[in-house]
Amino acid sequence: MAEQKTTAIKPLNKMNFYKKQQRLALRNCGVIDPESIDEYIAVDGYQALAKALTGLKPEDVIQIIKDSGLRGRGGGGFPTGLKWDFTARNSADQKYVVCNADEGDPGAFMDRSVLEGDPHCIVEAMALCGYATGATEGYIYVRAEYPVAVKRLEIAIAQAKEYGFLGKNIFESGFDFDLHIRLGAGAFVCGEETALMTSIEGNRGEPRPRPPYPAVKGLFGKPTTENNVETFANVPQIILKGAGFFAAMGTEKSKGTKVFALGGKINNTGLVEIPMGTTLREIIEEIGGGIPGGKKFKAAQTGGPSGGCIPVSLIDTPIDYDNLTAIGCMMGSGGLIVMDEDNCMVDIAKFFLDFTVDESCGKCSPCRIGTKRMQEMLEKIIEGKATMQDLEKLEELAHYIKENSLCGLGQTAPNPVLATMKFFKDEYIAHVVEKRCPSAQCKSLLRYVIDPEKCIGCTLCARVCPVDAITGEPKKLHVIDQEKCIKCGACMAACKRVQAISRI
Amino acid sequence: MIKNIAQLNEKKEECFAKMTKSDAGEALTRVVVGMATCGIAAGATPVFKAIEQTIQELALSNITVTQTGCIGMCQYEPIVEITVPGEEKVTYVQMNAEKAAQVVKEHLANGKPVADYTVSAATE
Ligand SMILES: Cc1cc2nc3c(=O)[nH]c(=O)nc-3n(C[C@H](O)[C@H](O)[C@H](O)COP(=O)(O)O)c2cc1C
Ligand code: SF4
Ligand code: SF4
Repeated sequence: MAEQKTTAIKPLNKMNFYKKQQRLALRNCGVIDPESIDEYIAVDGYQALAKALTGLKPEDVIQIIKDSGLRGRGGGGFPTGLKWDFTARNSADQKYVVCNADEGDPGAFMDRSVLEGDPHCIVEAMALCGYATGATEGYIYVRAEYPVAVKRLEIAIAQAKEYGFLGKNIFESGFDFDLHIRLGAGAFVCGEETALMTSIEGNRGEPRPRPPYPAVKGLFGKPTTENNVETFANVPQIILKGAGFFAAMGTEKSKGTKVFALGGKINNTGLVEIPMGTTLREIIEEIGGGIPGGKKFKAAQTGGPSGGCIPVSLIDTPIDYDNLTAIGCMMGSGGLIVMDEDNCMVDIAKFFLDFTVDESCGKCSPCRIGTKRMQEMLEKIIEGKATMQDLEKLEELAHYIKENSLCGLGQTAPNPVLATMKFFKDEYIAHVVEKRCPSAQCKSLLRYVIDPEKCIGCTLCARVCPVDAITGEPKKLHVIDQEKCIKCGACMAACKRVQAISRI
Repeated sequence: MIKNIAQLNEKKEECFAKMTKSDAGEALTRVVVGMATCGIAAGATPVFKAIEQTIQELALSNITVTQTGCIGMCQYEPIVEITVPGEEKVTYVQMNAEKAAQVVKEHLANGKPVADYTVSAATE
């Protein structure tokens, strides 16, 4: 019997959660000991660096990255090879490589997982980037809330120095490269590349106008290449296995894989890495194992506070940079939040806007004042006090902020509102015209009512109501005073046998 | 200091051997515990200690126990994976110190995986 039982154990890679995944950026996460350079070496670690330094010219490295089709995983999707080329073409006495590990998108933890699971891969990639672009120093900007990641990076850097993969004359090629860690205080705007560099320089993390781009005038005024953690995580494999290996995965213009932090109303939450071009349906139904409680899928948010939602009508969209941009979303850094029929889309839009209002650095007024005004308008809608004219004004202001803000934070802050207005206009209208929240989430619009046909007058509800909003004689119909009701739902729970109370 | 590809390859062979074989050349069973922030927060540290301690108590040999990064399934942490040479990897989920000790006794010492604690039992 025991024998039979053992054969019933299904290996992880055959389970739905893993079947459709392809682990490239995360290939060593969950496999090797991240604090051991020896284990990294055992799985081909530093082979790409050795190959490049001893056999490839810097321009060859850039060409391989270009040919691979790798695009930035930090949100924008800019072609990585092209970015490296820009820096390489600018001559200067000093150039820098910067790794963006600020990861400010709420709910996202892809970059943290790479740093904690495979820190040497980032060290190797940054050295490769330094060699390709002519930089001899690099900075990793990590948020201070990631102490495990910081500790493992420190260990990795020390080990790499000891083995000679960092420092002077690496692989006797004459190439020198050194790495430093800088801790960020966790402000969302510090993830924006120019604010990040200002912060590394020791100043207040505020964006600066571009141009000049970092490739011309970046960190300490020198040509700088800045990439996201996950972007770097793909680099050693591309150099080692060749551009074609990477370009064979994904869609026409989005190659390779993308890591998502899957969360919200989904059975399997976690970190998933899928080939570009996987559909949202595959992610939700197969990898994610569907929605808990048999509820219906409504939408998924990508790109966090800078992105937008993909509605159920577009669930078969293959996920890649261009498809997401076309529907008004964006790839973002990899947060993927699933929403079901119980989520109010106006409330979702407000959640993200609340975040940007808090995180706006205040340097420019369209973002600082504009997002605050948008937040007030959304509050009016949620409280049932808005008019159709307010909806028009909200949309107008959203476009104005997008066009006139200095940095990406302000330029993308209105996206969650615009996307929900585009796909769920009916929900906005229900709040404004009918003063009703279709998902029964917005507290001010909620009403608990007693069905006169069903009520038997047992007095249970009146006894549990904390604010004495329910009146009625025993054995007679009870009524809820809407003015007094605080929408706690206690009465509805109390009436579970008779079920005379409903929430509308 | 590693100065060229030949030295790196030599080191690679050595490191790979160290990961997979004992000093006497016998194949090693590999036990990994997911210890990224998520795993640690879910209680991976006592699980790790329990595994090491039980292995010691039972004087089992040819086993390496190591920490690793995020295995990817948040709600199933702490996760422990065991690969016995020549066998399919077994993934244990929602471990605690007691379950971990039991797994060491049954799976590592007696060669019988504890099906109830595996990911397939948890998800089906
Ligand atoms: C407000 C704001 C926050 C950002 N936060 C991050 C972040 O946390 N991590 C990141 O890699 N990129 C972030 N970015 C994007 C960076 O500015 C930059 O485009 C990116 O790091 C470039 O690397 P890539 O080409 O490898 O994607 C942010 C941008 C903006 C406007
Ligand atoms: S757009 Fe917002 S975050 Fe960016 S500079 Fe202006 S105020 Fe600061
Ligand atoms: S608990 Fe239900 S049945 Fe009883 S009085 Fe209240 S509404 Fe009527």
